[in-house]
Amino acid sequence: MELGNGLALLGAGLGAGLFALGAGIGIGSIGKGAMDGIARQPEAAGKIQGAALVMAGLVEGAALFAFLICILIWTK
Amino acid sequence: MKFARTLLIFAVVALCGLAFAKEDHQVAKRDPHAQPVKTEQGHGGHGEGGLGATLVAILEHHLVDSDHMEFFGADIHLPTFRFGDYEFTLTKHRVWWLIALTLMGLMVWLAARQKTAVPSGFRNALEGLIVFVRNEVVKPNLHEKTDAFMPYFMSLFLGILFSNLLGLLPWGSSATGNVNVTAGLALCTLSLMVGMGVKVNGLGGFLHSFAPPGVPGWLMPLMIIIEIVSFMIRPFALTIRLFANMLAGHAVLAVLLGLIVSLMFAAPAIAVAVGVFMLEIIVALIQSYIFIMLTATFMGLTMHPSH
Repeated sequence: MELGNGLALLGAGLGAGLFALGAGIGIGSIGKGAMDGIARQPEAAGKIQGAALVMAGLVEGAALFAFLICILIWTK
Repeated sequence: MKFARTLLIFAVVALCGLAFAKEDHQVAKRDPHAQPVKTEQGHGGHGEGGLGATLVAILEHHLVDSDHMEFFGADIHLPTFRFGDYEFTLTKHRVWWLIALTLMGLMVWLAARQKTAVPSGFRNALEGLIVFVRNEVVKPNLHEKTDAFMPYFMSLFLGILFSNLLGLLPWGSSATGNVNVTAGLALCTLSLMVGMGVKVNGLGGFLHSFAPPGVPGWLMPLMIIIEIVSFMIRPFALTIRLFANMLAGHAVLAVLLGLIVSLMFAAPAIAVAVGVFMLEIIVALIQSYIFIMLTATFMGLTMHPSH
């Protein structure tokens, strides 16, 4: 395996790690917000959970853009 | 009248998915038995790039549209229809998209057969879903136009949901894991965004929404460019979000099961794969919900730009 290929794979791997980091921070802060909200207002737990799931889906969508690029590099 | 319009909207959604399902260069026309033999001979399975190459072959087999379709171990070669110069190949994703739409139509038809005033059983469940979509998703965005667009949103929601879930069955494949299908569905949304924006606000009002008020004159050209780009990027984001979610879920499942190179790895790999599979069921529901929620939000934004 020549150097260029190896560097490309390294880039894909680093990208995968970075997008996991970003998505983790994003989903973590959503979870924090949801937990805070539920602790303050336990009767609204159902609504908060639904909204938090949708927000987590949106963050995940952004993270998967990055996943797609990593897959594209890997299969090149 | 109302029934005919609903049927028409359903047909438009179906065709948009179907027409974009395949582009010629993307269809992998190959001998299904050629791939595994080649990779095993090349590196003996474990050599340099051996496992990686096998995984790529597995992923390609599962995720890329092709004119072959596996069902209960049988390898079915799908037919190609020719209309003059136009060639229409019935591909794997097209077949599964048609199956999803058939199931969806069947479900709604079965529920609608019940004519009693008080809904019960199956119809009750479906009506709960429809009322949820109408009151929580569409009505806050479209206000008085809600009922005119409910058939579109329910077609979109149920079609995407069935297509997502069918990909989780054995031998199944989700058509929404194909970027051309989701692009077709997002183009429906884009044309509705532009069409309803022009219809409600007039052409001048629609174009005026690209020039926000209260911006200093020298900043205006930049703002207009930014507004146009952010308008065009919305359907693109819709396309990639649904497509990447479906693709990534199946890729993760395939990679996890592809890690089983000996019996020792089987138990942990299968345990994690079952967990991911359960996550995928939630993702299938959430993504179809997000798709219609964003469609409604974007349409509301172009129809009522001042809000």
